[in-house]
Amino acid sequence: MREQLQHLAISPSGFVFDPMTGATFTANRSAMVLLEGIRDGKSLEELTNTLEKGFEQRGADLRRDVLEFVRSLQDEGMLPREFELE
Amino acid sequence: MKPFSARVAVTGLNATDNPGPGVAVARALREDPAFNGQIIGLAYDVMDPGIYHSGLFDACFLIPYPSAGREALFERLAYIQDLVGIDVLIPNLDSELPALLDQEHRLEAMGIRTFLPSREAYDRRTKARLDELREQHGVAVPRSETLSEVAPLYALAGKFNFPLAVKGVFYGAEICHSLDEAVAAFYKAAATWGLPIIVQEFVPGEEFNVCAVGDGEGGLVGAVAMKKLVLTDKGKGWAGVTIQDPRLTALAARVVAALKWRGPCEIEAKLHPKKGYQLLEVNPRFPAWCYLTAGAGQNQISAVAQMAAGEKIDPLPLARVGTTFIRISLDQIVELTQLEAISTRGEILPEALLETA
Repeated sequence: MREQLQHLAISPSGFVFDPMTGATFTANRSAMVLLEGIRDGKSLEELTNTLEKGFEQRGADLRRDVLEFVRSLQDEGMLPREFELE
Repeated sequence: MKPFSARVAVTGLNATDNPGPGVAVARALREDPAFNGQIIGLAYDVMDPGIYHSGLFDACFLIPYPSAGREALFERLAYIQDLVGIDVLIPNLDSELPALLDQEHRLEAMGIRTFLPSREAYDRRTKARLDELREQHGVAVPRSETLSEVAPLYALAGKFNFPLAVKGVFYGAEICHSLDEAVAAFYKAAATWGLPIIVQEFVPGEEFNVCAVGDGEGGLVGAVAMKKLVLTDKGKGWAGVTIQDPRLTALAARVVAALKWRGPCEIEAKLHPKKGYQLLEVNPRFPAWCYLTAGAGQNQISAVAQMAAGEKIDPLPLARVGTTFIRISLDQIVELTQLEAISTRGEILPEALLETA
């Protein structure tokens, strides 16, 4: 499910290149954390915990933000539609 | 790195906003550190911008348009051959190939070598016969019909879903969302390019291109895949980036093997969301963006020139993924003497040759 994310070239500056489609993106720090976390197979809880610790954010919004980010990746074709975080 | 010295002639110098590949081909060759030969530009028009590209060509000649016929071309080539001695010819325009295919013996007798596909391979990659690649070789090609009159189009409307693509036999494609649009596109393409017209199932998804070279025996000498990043209003790539998707390379390898393609080609494909890569077209020459192959470390142009010259080449390195090209428009300054030379004599020669010409 995460194959396409495995190929992504993510630079420390937040520049993201998909070598299979040629698409480029810029990601802020939290998006980079999420990209790398999803690629590494982290669960929804682990991702929200990481954001809480790294960015001092709390609450239900965080969970919603993560799910919205997953949907963005699906819209960009980087995750299949059937992908769901554990 | 083995030095390569030859006098290589290149056509397609019309580097306009819909550029021919000649300038890209010459640049790639010129920038190969192993190349220490000369490059001869062959142009159709005094105003072909490539003629005046500083430092690119050692000499330039006007040649007759393909519509003048094969004999006129060979007569002109014989003149140029006497004057400067061409070792290798790389034709870069679709319309030139019919006069040159199956003429290798004649060109070789003149001392000019090429690396071109057979007439059979050239014919089999035409839009009108792409279906055969699916039927005989399992290449994923969208369904299409070749029409010589408009009447069958009405029946096709029930067979194919809209939108569908109406394509000229040589060039151009229009996406049509209704029968009325398809009929109008049929007449427009027929008036521009003649018959037949190809009606093809529309393939949704993003378009990708591959610049590839075949060895003529089914093998792939090199392949560089590219995604266009910026399009002109004519749909031509103004910027693009090298990518690597094994499925796309496999499609290119399959096409080259099926056709036993010899020489350069451009493979156009779309990535269907469910069906994977679908082959749209095979163009029988280098694409205008072929300089990217050299820029990404896989100089296919130099490889083709060397193979044409009969040289054995080492396996080409893989292209660097993520290498981007971005075109630029520049105003070239042309001295009146240059315009005069090409307008009156049909040639721009270096001083040394001018003295003996």
